[in-house]
Amino acid sequence: MANKFIVSPAPHVQSAQSTARIMRDVVIALIPALIVSTVVFGANVLWITALSVFCCMLFEYLIQRFLCEGANTLPNFSAVVTGVLLAFNLPASIPWWIVVIGAFVAIAVAKMTFGGLGKNPFNPALVGRVFLLIAYPVQMTSFPMPANGSFDALSGATALAAVKHKLAAADAVGVQDLLLGNMPGSLGEVAAAALLLGFVYLLWRKVITWHIPVTILATMAVFAFVVALSRGDEGAMLWQFPLFHVLAGGALLGAIFMATDYSTSPMTVKGGVIFAVGIGVITMCIRLWGAYPEGMSFAILVMNAVVPLINKYVKPKRFGLK
Amino acid sequence: MKTFPIGGVHPSENKLSGAKPIEVLPLPDVVTIPLSQHIGAPAVAKVAKGDKVLTGQLIAEAGSFMSANIHSPISGTVTSVDLVPNGQGLRQPMITIKREGDEWAEGIDRSETLVRECDLPAQEIIARIKAAGIVGMGGATFPAHVKLSVPPGKKAEVLIINGVECEPYLTSDHRMMLEHGEEILVGVTILMKALGVQRAVIGIENNKPDAIAHLKGLAGRYAGIEVMPLKVQYPQGGEKQLIAAVTGRQVPPPPALPIDVGAVVCNASTTYAVYRAVQKNMPLIERVVTITGKRLTAPKNLLTRMGTPVLTLIVAAGGLPEGDVKVINGGPMMGRAMVNLDSPVTKGCSGITVMSGRDAVRNEAGSCIKCAKCVAACPMGLEPYYLSKMARRKNWEVLEEQMITSCIECGCCQFSCPSYLPLLDFIRLGKQAVMGIIRARAAAAAPKK
Repeated sequence: MANKFIVSPAPHVQSAQSTARIMRDVVIALIPALIVSTVVFGANVLWITALSVFCCMLFEYLIQRFLCEGANTLPNFSAVVTGVLLAFNLPASIPWWIVVIGAFVAIAVAKMTFGGLGKNPFNPALVGRVFLLIAYPVQMTSFPMPANGSFDALSGATALAAVKHKLAAADAVGVQDLLLGNMPGSLGEVAAAALLLGFVYLLWRKVITWHIPVTILATMAVFAFVVALSRGDEGAMLWQFPLFHVLAGGALLGAIFMATDYSTSPMTVKGGVIFAVGIGVITMCIRLWGAYPEGMSFAILVMNAVVPLINKYVKPKRFGLK
Repeated sequence: MKTFPIGGVHPSENKLSGAKPIEVLPLPDVVTIPLSQHIGAPAVAKVAKGDKVLTGQLIAEAGSFMSANIHSPISGTVTSVDLVPNGQGLRQPMITIKREGDEWAEGIDRSETLVRECDLPAQEIIARIKAAGIVGMGGATFPAHVKLSVPPGKKAEVLIINGVECEPYLTSDHRMMLEHGEEILVGVTILMKALGVQRAVIGIENNKPDAIAHLKGLAGRYAGIEVMPLKVQYPQGGEKQLIAAVTGRQVPPPPALPIDVGAVVCNASTTYAVYRAVQKNMPLIERVVTITGKRLTAPKNLLTRMGTPVLTLIVAAGGLPEGDVKVINGGPMMGRAMVNLDSPVTKGCSGITVMSGRDAVRNEAGSCIKCAKCVAACPMGLEPYYLSKMARRKNWEVLEEQMITSCIECGCCQFSCPSYLPLLDFIRLGKQAVMGIIRARAAAAAPKK
């Protein structure tokens, strides 16, 4: 018989959802935000994103090839995801060399040092961002105004910074502007509607579940509501203040795309909810009482550190046990 | 729609032969009959080389209570009682019989006439089932008389008939329910009587609406039998999953058994065999086998005598496709890959699935990305990624503490892994090791004689 018999233990079939497909889906889910950002801030957005993706892929390739001497990991697409997410955390006016440094920290320090995809305890793009924020605070906090895409406009404060430094009241920032990205901010965080579209796509493709993003945003909203209530706000402020915090800054980008990063979030639904509540609370504490106007990146990184502990103690509900 | 409480996946159903009526495979010229085609002790051969045997004659007797009788599926001469390679190439004791004509043992009713009434007492029903050598035909091959003998102190409350057939590709139970629904329902009444229960539920996955409608139509004339459509979700037909879907009760971790929650589960084809054994005195010598695969020219359902070489079925379905193939005894989720196509169809063989080309080979494994899809997919609420890692490290203590013995080896974890990790390969190894340790501990604790 000319046939070769192949033998392996069951199962003999495999789900169509591969690592590469998952990572591609994340990139696709980020495209609406990229488009809005390009419209708001101009073509520079595309250059920054392309440079960030290219540098992330290049560093991963070089390290994998010459330091790890392992197989090429670029086809799994995870370096592309890190590149896009890093770019989304930068202002549109960022100098090119800072992007390169950020990509290096994200890939070389935060990802490959620990062994690459799946082994990094902290979200690589966020480590890159926080490093840049501390090393280059001026460049990282000057945001161009979204003046019809023209780029030499004056720097403006982000909505969160404006509210924090009492330049504006939370209700002065229109919900419509927050949804459509008509405000200063990092590349990927300004268009809430586009990020929500990406969220729906990820849910539909079963890349993530709703638990972590929804819990983070709900925690933030409840937290803001209680704060508003306790300081004696009345009427419209009671819902505008929570809504502002959910839509402004990096809340949606962080909740949907960063906190759901597989290797840096818990393995169980219950653990994910604990993790998400922690992120929501820490974010609000930093935003309201910390030194920075924005706290999402720090909150996610702090909770990333707790993940191994959560995985150790929070177990799924076993079948047949009460 | 009812379903089991945690986990599960939905592989492509690929029920290529679902609309194909059962065909009768011509009698084989030679059969090989393994003495062990059930869980428990092997049967003991009662014939020797040169003996003449009749179809339906007892040729091997149950080796203990936890064992099953075996009957000759054809008439002819025993040519050997010896070690013969099985589907995996391992040599096992088998009886080889060369066919001469088609003569049947006395007392077997081969007619198709339906016999509804059964006035036998429970003990007699169980005795007949035991005599006929009936074992679970869904693949687990648990001797039926053992299941029906409820231990003292336990009480059966509900009989569940497993017509789920959640394995992709397989359609033998589906065809049995469509073409022998009436006999299956009589079989259900017989089993209810043997167990002394007033309620029976036939669970069928909702991708078989014709079988659900057919049995619902027939069930009206029998008291206490309900037909329950279940969500299409693998492993709906897993014994513990089915019990949970139907009754809402979860069987506690091993060593607890379904009877601890008052349930007894019996496969649909097995129920048909019970009907034939009790009402017709027919031993278990044939079964319906689905022969299927995307590149087979004619996937079909074949009524096959036990002991028929697997290759005969594949030839009847159009022959092996060109190139690399994986021939699976069973379905793609839990079946075993074969190397020897001369090996026989046995009591637990519900199908032969032929995968070819790209489908036949595993994808190359990457590294774990901690996506937690295996945790979400596990119907037993385990953490496959962790069990697999600890099994690689041979950390048996942690594996036992993390309840690895609860694993039902359904394959959901490995199916859902986007990095194609061989999770279940390692979990199986770990589970075997831990079960060995538990057995050794029990043996050491038992009073010395």
